[in-house]
Amino acid sequence: MNAPTQLSIAVRLQAVCRYFGEVKAVDHVNLDIYDGEFFSLLGPSGSGKTTCLRLIAGFEQPTSGSIQLYGQEVANMPPYERDVNTVFQDYALFPHMTVGQNIAYGLMVKKVPKPERERRVREMLEMVRLPGMENRKPSQLSGGQRQRVALARALVNHPRVLLLDEPLGALDLKLRQQMQIELKAIQERIGITFIFVTHDQEEALTMSDRLAVFNHGKIEQIGTPTELYEHPATGFVAGFVGTTNLISGDSARKLTGSPETLSIRPEKIRLCPPDTPVTEDLYGIDGTVRDTIYLGMHTRYLVETDAGFDLIVVQQNLESASADIPTTRGSRVKLLWYKDSARRLTEME
Amino acid sequence: MKPSNPTGRASLGLKIAVGLVLLFLHFPLLIIILYAFTTEEASFRFPPPGLTTRWIGELVNRADFWNALSLSLAVAAVATTLAIVLGTLLAGAIYRGKFFGRDALTLLVILPIALPGIVTGISLRSAISLTDMGFTFWTIVIGHTTFCIVTVYNNVIARLRRTARSQMEASMDLGASTFQTFRYIVLPNIATALLAGGMLAFALSFDEVIVTTFTAGQQQTLPIWILSQLTRPRDRPVTNVAALFVIAATFIPILIAYRLTQKTGE
Repeated sequence: MNAPTQLSIAVRLQAVCRYFGEVKAVDHVNLDIYDGEFFSLLGPSGSGKTTCLRLIAGFEQPTSGSIQLYGQEVANMPPYERDVNTVFQDYALFPHMTVGQNIAYGLMVKKVPKPERERRVREMLEMVRLPGMENRKPSQLSGGQRQRVALARALVNHPRVLLLDEPLGALDLKLRQQMQIELKAIQERIGITFIFVTHDQEEALTMSDRLAVFNHGKIEQIGTPTELYEHPATGFVAGFVGTTNLISGDSARKLTGSPETLSIRPEKIRLCPPDTPVTEDLYGIDGTVRDTIYLGMHTRYLVETDAGFDLIVVQQNLESASADIPTTRGSRVKLLWYKDSARRLTEME
Repeated sequence: MKPSNPTGRASLGLKIAVGLVLLFLHFPLLIIILYAFTTEEASFRFPPPGLTTRWIGELVNRADFWNALSLSLAVAAVATTLAIVLGTLLAGAIYRGKFFGRDALTLLVILPIALPGIVTGISLRSAISLTDMGFTFWTIVIGHTTFCIVTVYNNVIARLRRTARSQMEASMDLGASTFQTFRYIVLPNIATALLAGGMLAFALSFDEVIVTTFTAGQQQTLPIWILSQLTRPRDRPVTNVAALFVIAATFIPILIAYRLTQKTGE
C-alpha cells in the first residue's frame, strides 16, 4: 500500500505544542499522516520526534493545539481510549508474564473470551515468526525475539495506527536490517498506518513512504524520501538526510550570482582533468585534491577549491583504475556539476 | 562484586575478628536462651546448676502473658495492614509525579523513623490527651503505624523506581484502565516489596517499647509486659521464655523478608 488510493487522514496534528517548563519540546507542529502510510519522524535526539509520538499515543498532553485520529479529537483522551498501539524503545514487555500472556494482555483487559484470545495469540506468533513460543518468559528471549513479541503484542489489538519508538535501536546492524525488511513487509500486508520514530536517516529513507524531519521541536520538511534527498528545503535537512556540501555567501555569489546557500551532494560532482571545458548547463570550479579515501565501491575526495572552500566529492569506482581522472593528493582538478542538481536553500533560523 | 583478593579467602585474623564481632552481637541472645531453661529462680549462676522446661509450662498458664501477646499480635497486624495500604498509596503518589510539596511530603513521611521514639511518643501522648478518646487499642495502633508506613513506603518506592515507567505506559496503551494497570502490572511488580516491607513493619511493631509506653495507657503489650516482669526477680526465667517467643516472632519474618528481597533484588 505504498500509494494510498484514497487519501483519508489517519493522524492530524494542528499547531501542536508541548512545553516542559522553558523547553519547547514540540513547537507548533502541523502534520497530516495518511491512512496506510509508513511515515517516519526523523531527527537528532532532543528534536521532539519522540515527544510527538508520545502525544499521539496519549502519554503526554499537548500544551496547546489539536490532535485528531481519523477525525476524532483525542488531545485530552487517555491512552487506553485511543485506537493506537505502541512498540516501545525498550520493548516494555511484562517480565512476570509469559510471551503468550504478554501478547494476550490487550485482549484480556478488554475481556475477549479465552479461546479467541489464544487463537489470535497463535496467529500473531505465526506472523512474527515465533510459533510455539507462548510459554517462554521474556527474559529467555534474545533482543530480536523480544522485539517481535512487542510487535505482536501491539498488533494483536488490530489498532488503526501503530506507533514505533526507535524500535530497532537496540539491535545490531545485521538484525536491524533484517527487521527493517520484515517490518515493512508486515506493514504492507496488514495495511495499517505505521508511525516510526528514528534518528537513523538511512533507516527512514529505506522504510518510509513519507517522512518529517524534526529539529528543535519544529518540522523542517515533510516529503517522500526522494523529495527530501533531492530537494532539501533547508540546510539542516540537506545535512541530516545524507551528506552534502553547502556553499554560502561570497562563494555562492561567484558561482550563481546570488547569495543564497547552495547545497550540492558529493556524488553529483564530477572530478575532471583541469582543462575540461565548462558548458552552459554546468557549474565549474578549479581546485586541488587534498585527501582521498578509497571505500571500495567508491572513493571520497576532499578538494580545496581555488575560491578557498572545501568540497567533498564521491566518485564511483567504475573501472579498476581510471587513467583520465587525476586521483592522487595534490593533483589539480576541475569540479563540474549540473546546475539543476544543486539546490538553493531557504534558510530557516 | 569482585573480591579484591584473588583467592577470595579471608585471612585468619579477619576470620577471628568477624567471629568476635558476631559473638559480641549475639552472646546476649544465647544467655537468654540458656537461662530460659535454668532450674534457678532468682539468681543467675554460670553455668546453670541444671536445666528444666518447667518455665515454659508456667508461662503458658499465665493469663497476663497471653493477654499481652495477643494485644501485641493484634496491634502489629492492624498497624501493618494500615501501613501497607497507606504506604503503597503514598509511594504511588510520590512516584507518579511532581506536585507542590512533594519533597516536603517525602521528608515528613520518613521523619517518624528518624525522630527519636521518645519524641514521637510524647507528642502522640499530648495529642491524644487533648482529645477525649482515651488510651485504647487504637491509640497504640496509630503510634505504631507512624513508623510502619515508612518501611512499607521505602520498599515500595524503591521497587517502583526500578520498574520501567514504560511498562505502565504499555499497559495503558494496550487498553488497560488505571485500576487494571495497578492490578495486573504494578501489583505483581511490587508484591515482594510489599511482603518484605510488611514483615519488617510487623517485626518493628511487635517489639516496640518507647512509643507504646506513651500511647498504651494501662494496656500491656508483650515488650511492656516483659519490662514489668523484670521488677519481679522470681519470675525472671518466665520472662526469658517470653523473650524466646519474641525472638522467634520477630526473627522469622525478618528472615523471610530478607530472602524475598534477595531473590528479586538482582
